[in-house]
Amino acid sequence: MTANGHRRAYQSWGRYPRVEQQNVRPVYWRNNDLDLARIDGPVLPYGLGRSYGDSCLNGGGTLLDTSPLNRFIAFDEEAELLRCEAGVTLADILKLIVPRGWFLPTTPGTKFVTIGGAIANDVHGKNHHRAGTFGRHVTRFELLRSDGERLVCSPDENADLFRATIGGLGLTGLILWAEIRVQRVAGPFIAKEQIRFGSIDEFFEISAESDERFEHTMAWVDCLATGKHLGRGLFMRGNYTWPKRIPRKAAEPRSLFTMPVQLPAFALNLATVKAFNSLYYRSQLTRRAFQTVPYDPFFYPLDAIQEWHRLYGAPGFLQYQFVVPYAQDRTAIKDILRQISQSGVVSFLAVLKVFGDVPSPGMLSFPRPGVTLALDFPFRGQRTLALLDRLDEIVRAHGGVLYPAKDARMSAENFQAFYPQWREFARHIDPKFSSSFWRRVTQTTHE
Amino acid sequence: MKLMIIGATSAIAHEAARQFAADGAEFFLVGRDPDKLAAVQRDLDVRGAGRVVLHTLDLNDLAQHEALIAAAYGAMGALDAVLIAHGTLPDQARAQADVEATLEAFTTNALTYISLLTLLAGRFEQQRRGCIAVIASVAGDRGRGSNYVYGAAKGAVSVFASGLRARLSKAGVAVVTIKPGFVDTPMTAHLKKNPLYASPATVGRRIYVAMLKGEDVVYAPWFWRYIMWIIRLIPERVFKRLSL
Repeated sequence: MTANGHRRAYQSWGRYPRVEQQNVRPVYWRNNDLDLARIDGPVLPYGLGRSYGDSCLNGGGTLLDTSPLNRFIAFDEEAELLRCEAGVTLADILKLIVPRGWFLPTTPGTKFVTIGGAIANDVHGKNHHRAGTFGRHVTRFELLRSDGERLVCSPDENADLFRATIGGLGLTGLILWAEIRVQRVAGPFIAKEQIRFGSIDEFFEISAESDERFEHTMAWVDCLATGKHLGRGLFMRGNYTWPKRIPRKAAEPRSLFTMPVQLPAFALNLATVKAFNSLYYRSQLTRRAFQTVPYDPFFYPLDAIQEWHRLYGAPGFLQYQFVVPYAQDRTAIKDILRQISQSGVVSFLAVLKVFGDVPSPGMLSFPRPGVTLALDFPFRGQRTLALLDRLDEIVRAHGGVLYPAKDARMSAENFQAFYPQWREFARHIDPKFSSSFWRRVTQTTHE
Repeated sequence: MKLMIIGATSAIAHEAARQFAADGAEFFLVGRDPDKLAAVQRDLDVRGAGRVVLHTLDLNDLAQHEALIAAAYGAMGALDAVLIAHGTLPDQARAQADVEATLEAFTTNALTYISLLTLLAGRFEQQRRGCIAVIASVAGDRGRGSNYVYGAAKGAVSVFASGLRARLSKAGVAVVTIKPGFVDTPMTAHLKKNPLYASPATVGRRIYVAMLKGEDVVYAPWFWRYIMWIIRLIPERVFKRLSL
């Protein structure tokens, strides 16, 4: 797949589970008569397929490929509003607005997602403690329902459907276009500070101290460190800036490298990942490091390697992201890190962030006040699944929830416990829309 | 830069237009569907285009072509470049059974081009500068059993453009023939995709570069030049037996 959305396979980013997806219907024009009711079986919008699990898949049904809906509609710099079709990517938007002094109000860790996908998953970023989720900055959108109705939704108009669609996993209808608020920034560079921390407690101290002064904060954690090193890592924080001297290599962002082939599954094993983690942790010699970097490597380090998911080989990988409330956060995070480091299952990337208390606008939105940890696990069959089931129990016991956009395996029972509002949400689902994820987590109901 | 695009709602033409829009070009866009034209206009507008003028027309109405060119010059004052990009992919099986369908496909994909090129050639020859680009196809390089109606029409465009290039080169006018391979557009939506398919953006960017440089014959993506070179080398005696 390339940045402009040309692809050959309709999979999810984790490439697990594999779903046989025969029927794909590209959506070319926002104002065309698209008769959804005439398509056989359930339909689901599909953007760039960056959801990790099965929330962007519709096994046996039809995907509505929105990537051809890639047109801008209006950019009102006075009102700070940008309107575009649902398949426009964050990369497209940045290319347009950054040279004019603007930035996205918040961005996830990849720019290769569509606006429709960003809304459907109510994505979040490193500035969640200030900006809240992406959905907070969506002013309105148009939804096409399978009965042919076109509804403009905003906080004032069709407000329930607006709330259901943000974070609604594409189930409430097809978003045709959306309008978002953009943010004026000091410059397209980040004055970045990176701090080494030796424990989870230290992480929370730095995080609390940083949120006041920094627009962006997050940390990388070494999941394989044990004992007194448990929870060591690197904390990153930064603010937008326009440096007095433009750093070298700051030219046009471009992808450095495409992962040409799938690595064999054994390439990422306990030894290689342990070595990488140790090296990465030690790569910073001083406790603190300052650097001004272009926005691209700061926000989107992995976008530099197109198709990076091929690192995980044919079996694919599982992402696991949860949030637990502040009150108990330290015990939950410590329990989970201990479980992982003892399990012998490798997690390559672990990202830790404290969410702020800006409320999420969506009914099913994932972000909420607390601390969130995102992990990558190469898929190793039953062993991986069993570990994640154990983690689910810890998350649930601590009052936390999992992120549907990254899930491929949580039980229906757990989903319904995490999101008790799912029944209220389900009333807004378009009867023609469904996904592999939704069928999985609602097939058995637990009263 | 003042640019006329005929068939402006085609995905490939629109991608090329986006490149010109970022340079602040002014556009005269011709298409059949006013809603789609308006969607393209707004996109180019946001991306930095200067003035964008729309003109709705069914190009198969050949009698309207002269008025169309006059309208373009009337609205724009002058034209620096023209991109002719409209087209259909005829259903070969239907065309084989129906003369009218064959002739209509030939009209859309060849006669309209020949008519427009003839009208534009005189103007460009007089102004002694500029660029006329046409979208032909790799399908026009050799008639294939499965697709020869489309191929013959695109072949006619290629040959016509080749001759026109020879004529207009003396006046300093570039005639650019674009030969896309498989492109993932609405025109090919019903076909099964294979790894040779390119995105409209890839082809659109190539067109932009080719028009700025005034290149002659451009295969997009580039590897089609070699694929077609091999295809043309196959002796007819063998070629006729292949199911291509």
